[in-house]
Amino acid sequence: MKRKSLRIICPNGHMGFAPTKEGSFWIGAETRPDYYCCDSGSDDIGPGPLGSDTSVSPYDWEKHDLELMLIASRRQGVPMMIGSSGDTGTNSRVDMYVDMIRQISRKHRIKPFKLVTFYSELDKEDLRRRMKSGDVVEGLDERTPLSLAELDQTDRVVAMAGVHPFIKGLQMGADVIIGGRSSDAAIFAAAALYEGFPENHSYYIGKVLECASFCAEPYMAKESVIGTITHEDVTVTAMHPDQRCTVASVAGHAMYERSNAYYEYFAGGTLDMTHCRYEQVDAKSTRVTGQIFVPTVGRTKVKLEGSGKVGERYIGIVGIRDPYSIRNIDRVIDWARSQVEERFSGKPYQLFYNIYGKNGVMGDLEPVREIRSHELCVIVEGVAPTKEMAEEVTLIGSRQIFYARLPEVKGTAGTAAFVIDGVLPAPPGYKWTLNHVLPVDDPMELFTLNEMVIRDGEEG
Amino acid sequence: MKTKKLIDLAKTIRSKNAGTDKITFDIIFREKENYELVKKSGALTRQTVAALFNIPEERISDFVEFDPAYAIKFTIRRLEPSGSPGDRDIFGCQQYPPLLDIEVPV
Repeated sequence: MKRKSLRIICPNGHMGFAPTKEGSFWIGAETRPDYYCCDSGSDDIGPGPLGSDTSVSPYDWEKHDLELMLIASRRQGVPMMIGSSGDTGTNSRVDMYVDMIRQISRKHRIKPFKLVTFYSELDKEDLRRRMKSGDVVEGLDERTPLSLAELDQTDRVVAMAGVHPFIKGLQMGADVIIGGRSSDAAIFAAAALYEGFPENHSYYIGKVLECASFCAEPYMAKESVIGTITHEDVTVTAMHPDQRCTVASVAGHAMYERSNAYYEYFAGGTLDMTHCRYEQVDAKSTRVTGQIFVPTVGRTKVKLEGSGKVGERYIGIVGIRDPYSIRNIDRVIDWARSQVEERFSGKPYQLFYNIYGKNGVMGDLEPVREIRSHELCVIVEGVAPTKEMAEEVTLIGSRQIFYARLPEVKGTAGTAAFVIDGVLPAPPGYKWTLNHVLPVDDPMELFTLNEMVIRDGEEG
Repeated sequence: MKTKKLIDLAKTIRSKNAGTDKITFDIIFREKENYELVKKSGALTRQTVAALFNIPEERISDFVEFDPAYAIKFTIRRLEPSGSPGDRDIFGCQQYPPLLDIEVPV
């Protein structure tokens, strides 16, 4: 029998990045939602975690958030689905989440259940073969198509799953799905599609739920929200006693973190929110209608994210108080740069100066041209192929501010104040080398599913 | 001509990454009147924003007026992807302050 409505809870907009707030989660869980869904991914965190295959969220916070969802969903016997495990959705992060699920099952003696995982990493050599056989890896956001040279500079690639591996997992009878990199909204959309709801509303419920309480007001992150889908509409409700989903907060959320408020792209189509209508239906809930999903014509295009290492990195911190040096800060920096260049001319290094008190935050976008501060902080960032070279680049670039040669300077015993007489090791520099799409014949072909029964609870 | 600053008319003025290659700006109003006022004033357009940030108009990839949320939204292309060495604002969330002082004729 076809369901008339389906309720999905989202406890956190980025699982583990900051812990899920338990109060509103349990308020939501007590209403017995039909699905527990959440994503842990974000490209906001920069290219470092993907490139180096690490997480930015503390292990215990991720486990805490999984624990809440696993206990509640297993108690009810309803599915739980996680996308983009461990911030980046690489294979090692999926494995890490599976291990956490086992630990939690053991701790709470959870009865055996079926777990389905999928991997999203794309082997560089596979991508190279596809490119050599004629596939064009198209650039997003006006990037040019991927070149083999750019691929060479890439350390790791993940493909962004749409609804397909989640739906497949549900068809396989999964109680819990732990996914690799995926579109945040696709996790929720997959639940709704699997249960027979129309594409228009299924993709929209994903879109509105994926950041949890960011679609509610007042601004309070990490609180749970519940979306209800029917064959006619989507309604979203805040679970925290002091939060409400209003027309303004829900409509406003459509704009968040995307370049255009009207469209959202998925592997398989585009959600068009141009004609959305928003109505307040009770104090905490807003109903949305009018959304349209337009399927892609031709081959499915799957988004790829890739990150490559640029080099080792050090940071120097320099304070300047001398007014004459501040007025001539550009000459001071030119001097320091020239000294690094003298030492490393022709070598591959990068040297950046962020001058706080001048334009440290905005750089060239800063409209305030004159320096209004009586003191400056200069952050020196040096990047080079080896740690030793990066340290020396940064050290020369910092220390030579002390020795800047300005003709009329009064302070001839040094024009820089140091917090430490040295430079600090920083995480290596990485760069987003891929923000592209790959056309595929089968939307599942980049994703590898694996099923298992978790019996650790019996051993607990 | 009498003017008001955008900070005194809008409820929310924010910037944030939109993917790895862009920063998007949202100016959201509580009242329809203020939204319509700013929309019609000509103080917030592709041209005025490009001039304010001193960038060519081509770097503004989107500029939309979003009636359902009483919001004006525009997006700027980054010159280098977010989080690359040399990036000053990895999340792109501190690029909006120059908008606060935009003078809107009232």
